Amino acid sequence: MIHVIAFYLFAVMTVASAAITILSRNPVHSVLWLILAFFNAAGLMVLTGAEFIAMLLVIVYVGAVAVLFLFVVMMLDIDFAELRAGFVRYFPLGALVALVLLAEMVLGIGAYRVGSIQLGTPDGTAAVAEGVSNTAAIGALLYSRYLFLFEAAGIILLVAMIGAIVLTHRQRNDTRGQKISKQNARRPEEATVNVKPEVGKGVTL
Amino acid sequence: MTAFFQSLGMTYDWAWFVSTVCGILLIALPLMLAVAMIIYVDRKIWAAMALRRGPNVVGPFGLLQSFADGLKVFLQETIVPSAANKGIFLIAPVITFTVALMAWAVIPFNSGAMLANINVGLLYILAISSLGVYGTIMAGWASNSKYPFFSAMRASAQMISYEVSIGFIIVCVVLWAGTFNLNDIVKAQQGHVFGIFNGFVFNPLLFPMWVMFLISSLAETQRAPFDLTEAESELVAGYQTEYSSMAFAAYWLGEYANVLLMCALNTTLFFGGWLPPLDWAPLYLVPGFIWFLLKVFFFFFVFSWVKATVPRYRYDQLMRLGWKIFLPTSLLFVVLVSGYLMLTRYS
Repeated sequence: MIHVIAFYLFAVMTVASAAITILSRNPVHSVLWLILAFFNAAGLMVLTGAEFIAMLLVIVYVGAVAVLFLFVVMMLDIDFAELRAGFVRYFPLGALVALVLLAEMVLGIGAYRVGSIQLGTPDGTAAVAEGVSNTAAIGALLYSRYLFLFEAAGIILLVAMIGAIVLTHRQRNDTRGQKISKQNARRPEEATVNVKPEVGKGVTL
Repeated sequence: MTAFFQSLGMTYDWAWFVSTVCGILLIALPLMLAVAMIIYVDRKIWAAMALRRGPNVVGPFGLLQSFADGLKVFLQETIVPSAANKGIFLIAPVITFTVALMAWAVIPFNSGAMLANINVGLLYILAISSLGVYGTIMAGWASNSKYPFFSAMRASAQMISYEVSIGFIIVCVVLWAGTFNLNDIVKAQQGHVFGIFNGFVFNPLLFPMWVMFLISSLAETQRAPFDLTEAESELVAGYQTEYSSMAFAAYWLGEYANVLLMCALNTTLFFGGWLPPLDWAPLYLVPGFIWFLLKVFFFFFVFSWVKATVPRYRYDQLMRLGWKIFLPTSLLFVVLVSGYLMLTRYS
C-alpha cells in the first residue's frame, strides 16, 4: 500500500513539476521546478529498486548540472517581454523537437514490447539475482561487457572538458598572480639586508 | 521496531509506517537538543581559547544560553524584504534545515542502529549533501540584495569544489571496505591494522585521505578557516543577511546539524564508528553508542579548536587548495589504493 501511495506521490510530483518547468515565466523558477522533477524521478527509481541509479541521478543532475544551470540563469539579466515575444517564431522548431521526442518514445517502447531490446522484463524474470546489490551488478556489467563503451564515454567527456578549457582560456600577461611556491621558497637571508647607513646618507636598494 | 508494532496487532504497512515515524523522531529530537548544546559547547571552547568566560549567565554554567537565544529568535518578527522573491525566500531556510536532518537517516549509531540500512548509504549522503547548495543559493538570489548574492555565489562554488575531492576520498574508503553501506564500512574497520586498531585512519594509505577529508569537511560546512561566506569584513553577514526570526534560526540550526553530520562522517568513515578504538575485548563492554558519541564529540572539539585558532583563508587560496591540491592528490590516492588492492586482495 505504501508503495502505491509513494509511486503516485512521486509520479504526480514529477509530471506536475515538469509541466510547471515549462509554464513558469521566471527562468529561475523553471530551473527550481526542474530540480524538483529530477528529485522525484530519483524517488521513482528507488521504488523500482534501482537505488544506485537514483542516487547518481541526484548527485549528478541535481547536485552538479542543475546548480550550473541555476548559476547561468541567475546571472542573466532577463527581459520577460522579450522572452515571450519569440514564442510564435520558435513554435515550429519546438513542435518539431516535440515530434522527434514523441517518435523516439514510441519507437523505443515499441521495440521493447516486441522484445528486441535486452532489458529487464516487467515480470522480473531478467532481474538481477537476489542478494546482489545493484551497485555490484552495474559495476560487473560496466567493467566487463561494456568496458570499451564505458572508456570511450569517459574519453569523450575528457575531450569535451579540455575543449571547453581551450576555448575559454586566455593567456593574460598583465595580471600578477600569487606564486605560492616562490613565496614559500624565499628565505630571510635573501629577502632582507642589514645595513648601517651613515646619518643623512640613506640607503639605495 | 517494525516487528514490535506488528506484535501490537497492526498490519505490516502500518507497523512499518509507525516505526519509521518513531525512528525519525528518535533521531531528530535528540539531534535538535544536541545542536542546541553543541552551540553552547562551541562558544565555551572558543571563549576558553580566547581566555574569556563565554556564556555563563542563563542557567547553571550558562547551560540554557542556547534555549534563551532560541526563544529570543522565536519571538522576533519575521521580516520579508519587499523586493525579495517571497516564495523562494521563505522556502530556502526550510530546504537547508530539512537537508541537514535528512542525511542522518543512514548514520549508524550502533551496530545496525540506523533509520535506513540501505546499500547505497554513502551515495545517499553525497546526494543529500549536494542538495544543501540549494538552500544557500536560493537564499542569496531570493533576498534580492547584493551581499547575500555574493555570499551565496561564494558558498555554492566552495561547496561544489570541495564535494569533488570528498567524492574521491569516499571512493578510496569504499574501495577498501568494498561496500557503500555505512554499517558494513564500520564493520570492515574492525581490527583493520594488525588486528589491533579499529579504523581506516591507522592505515598509511588512508591516513592522508582522512586529513584531506577533515579539511574538506571544514570547507563543506563553511566553518573557519573557510567561513568566507560570512566574512564580516567583506560581506555583511553572508547569505542569511536578510533573514530574521525563525528563518534565521533554521539556518543556524541547519549549519550546526551539518557540522555534527560531518563529525559523524569522519567518525564513521575513518575512526571506526561505533567500534572502540582498539580491537580488545573489554572495550566492547562499553556500548557502541557511547563510543560513537565520544568520537563525534572529539571531532566537534577539533572543529571548534580550528575555529578558535586558524585565521581565515583568502578566497583564491581556498579555490587553489580545493582544485589544485586536493583534487589531484585524492585522484592519485584513488589510483594508489585501487592498485594496492588489486595487487593484494584481488590477484
